[in-house]
Amino acid sequence: MTVEGTAQRKNTRGSSKRTAAKKATPAKKASPAQDRNSGRTEQAEQDQLVQLLTPEGERVEHPDYSIDLSPDELRGLYRDMVLTRKFDAEATTLQRQGELGLWASLLGQEAAQIGSGRALRDDDYVFPTYREHGVAWCRGVDPTNLLGMFRGVNHGGWDPNTNNFHLYTIVIGSQTLHATGYAMGVQKDGADSAVIAYFGDGASSQGDVAESFTFSAVYNAPVVFFCQNNQWAISEPTEKQTRVPLYQRARGFGFPGVRVDGNDVLACLAVTRAALERARTGQGPMLIEAFTYRMGAHTTSDDPTKYRADEEREAWEAKDPILRLRTYLESEGIVDEAYLASIDKESDALGKRVRDAVRAMPDPDDMAIFENVYADGHALVDEERAQFAAYQASFVDADAAAEGN
Amino acid sequence: MAVFEKITIAKAINESLRASMEADPKVLVMGEDVGKLGGVFRVTDGLQKDFGDDRVIDTPLAESGIVGTAIGMALRGYRPVVEIQFDGFVFPAYDQIVTQLAKMHARALGKVKVPVVIRIPYAGGIGAVEHHSESPEALFAHVAGLKIVTPSNSSDAYWMLQQAIAGDDPVIYFEPKRRYHDKSRLDTESIPDPLHKARIAQSGADLTLAAYGPMVKVCLDVAKVASEEGKSVEVVDLRSLSPIDFDTVQSSVEKTGRLVVVHEAPVFFGAGAEIAARITERCFYHLEAPVLRVGGFHSPYPPSRLEDEYLPGLDRVLDAVDRALAY
Repeated sequence: MTVEGTAQRKNTRGSSKRTAAKKATPAKKASPAQDRNSGRTEQAEQDQLVQLLTPEGERVEHPDYSIDLSPDELRGLYRDMVLTRKFDAEATTLQRQGELGLWASLLGQEAAQIGSGRALRDDDYVFPTYREHGVAWCRGVDPTNLLGMFRGVNHGGWDPNTNNFHLYTIVIGSQTLHATGYAMGVQKDGADSAVIAYFGDGASSQGDVAESFTFSAVYNAPVVFFCQNNQWAISEPTEKQTRVPLYQRARGFGFPGVRVDGNDVLACLAVTRAALERARTGQGPMLIEAFTYRMGAHTTSDDPTKYRADEEREAWEAKDPILRLRTYLESEGIVDEAYLASIDKESDALGKRVRDAVRAMPDPDDMAIFENVYADGHALVDEERAQFAAYQASFVDADAAAEGN
Repeated sequence: MAVFEKITIAKAINESLRASMEADPKVLVMGEDVGKLGGVFRVTDGLQKDFGDDRVIDTPLAESGIVGTAIGMALRGYRPVVEIQFDGFVFPAYDQIVTQLAKMHARALGKVKVPVVIRIPYAGGIGAVEHHSESPEALFAHVAGLKIVTPSNSSDAYWMLQQAIAGDDPVIYFEPKRRYHDKSRLDTESIPDPLHKARIAQSGADLTLAAYGPMVKVCLDVAKVASEEGKSVEVVDLRSLSPIDFDTVQSSVEKTGRLVVVHEAPVFFGAGAEIAARITERCFYHLEAPVLRVGGFHSPYPPSRLEDEYLPGLDRVLDAVDRALAY
């Protein structure tokens, strides 16, 4: 899936960022409001992205963010992205086959997630939204555990403290406050770890995100805000969320913001590392806006063809995060055909494991409804549990009686 | 620890916070103006001076932020006690309380605990402007995962808050603000009742009044007047609204055969409806009259010049007592 169709994509890779942006804008020039949108897009394109790897797979330097990775580390990033994309594709398929009720695909955002995820230390703590499958992968959460909530057997199938990876949060932006509070706790403990909160461009409109900026700045909390600006909040473009580039918001709260090429795994890694180090050394929060693109639907429930132009997606496909790293690794001789084939094989095996695991996932026990509602118990829950158990048992008794007859 | 003879509810809560913070270094107090000012009702007076601004945290003016960061601190192992300045100001935090705080333990299959206590001065009777006199308890009691308690006297105020803080569940601790300065005996020696146990505040034989928080005093006054009229009224102080100790209410109603539920919150969809339904189911053959409710109207809390009409007072409760006894 990942490495197929390379030749096809290579044809579109020639277009520059600027051409890509212009391709997407003509349809939007009908009204004054849309003129403003196109102005915004142009400005967004002009804003300096931190980039270490161009869409053409060329390694470039940035004065503030340098990185020096070993061949093993580079191959590791490639493997992470390929496997994450495979997992994501498998989950999308499983949804289409009726095995999952819903899926939120990360297709296109692999570099933002793997780059930032691999910047984390084990003792850092992650507060994700519901699309951070790549970050979960980096934290060592078994990908099959991410699927329980989408299949409907639980609301989050992992212990957050095992991998320092909190449960997915569905309500937009809520987790940024949890991350901030957690970071305030880290600070009180005198620990030197950091906390990272993931959210999207849509969430930037939520009051909770603004409040988390305020709290983290006021208390100088060791938290990094990692906004994946994937350009769309379901059907609403970023222009409906903000009139200024998102990374610039941080300044008004009193901490730095930076925009990184979200499709450049090296840049995402370098910038996140720097931000985490900043937080760990008592310099407070930082906002990273990973400028990226959600190639698929928001979730399997919506249809992006209704709200955005094919040309836009095509332009972003030319900036594919996996393809550009692969081009770089091939040109440097860091990977060869045998290695790529081995990753493909591993990828297929992962797909099969995920598929089998989802199909084998048992429904929860009926009585799970009453479990863990309260930590210390609650008389009403106890009463309802007993009543429901008796009700369920009455069927068994009836069946037994019928059999007896 | 000192044994106080008679102290105000506000002071009892202050002493309770102090005791909790001394007992457990993970207990934090946070909210708007809780530090130097000691809170707008001075309930946290002196705490920052004694425990430092690292444990008594003045927060930005953002309720969702207060509760949301408290959740994060609880996930890190702290026990935040959050002050919401007034009842009507809790709504910006309602999302965090309902969608996050209440459900996180269940969502994590029990793997994380969020022992956040939210103190809310609530209900009317102090001549305040709008949003300063509301009784939103039913809105919280409807949400699984939250526990709701409300003391009516100094001893309960002191003990129930410590119990709430020591427990591992999120608790909304409603403080009857118009009783803040009422003095009653604080017993720091005897073992307190369990947090969710109702209390017979006054024994009686003819009718049960069930109330909580600020209405307990009204009901005790009603019992006194009724007694002068030859009627014996029992008063149950519920103390906890989630869960409700229905067993204690049931025992009382089985004895008296009549129940009137009294609260300040609007009657419609309120705590009284829940109690009436449950007690009717449990005590159908003991009831001599339908369960009656006295409470607020289905209207916004009125301007304070009208609040005496809105709030259940002696006469409205006595009228309900008479109606119940007339069956």
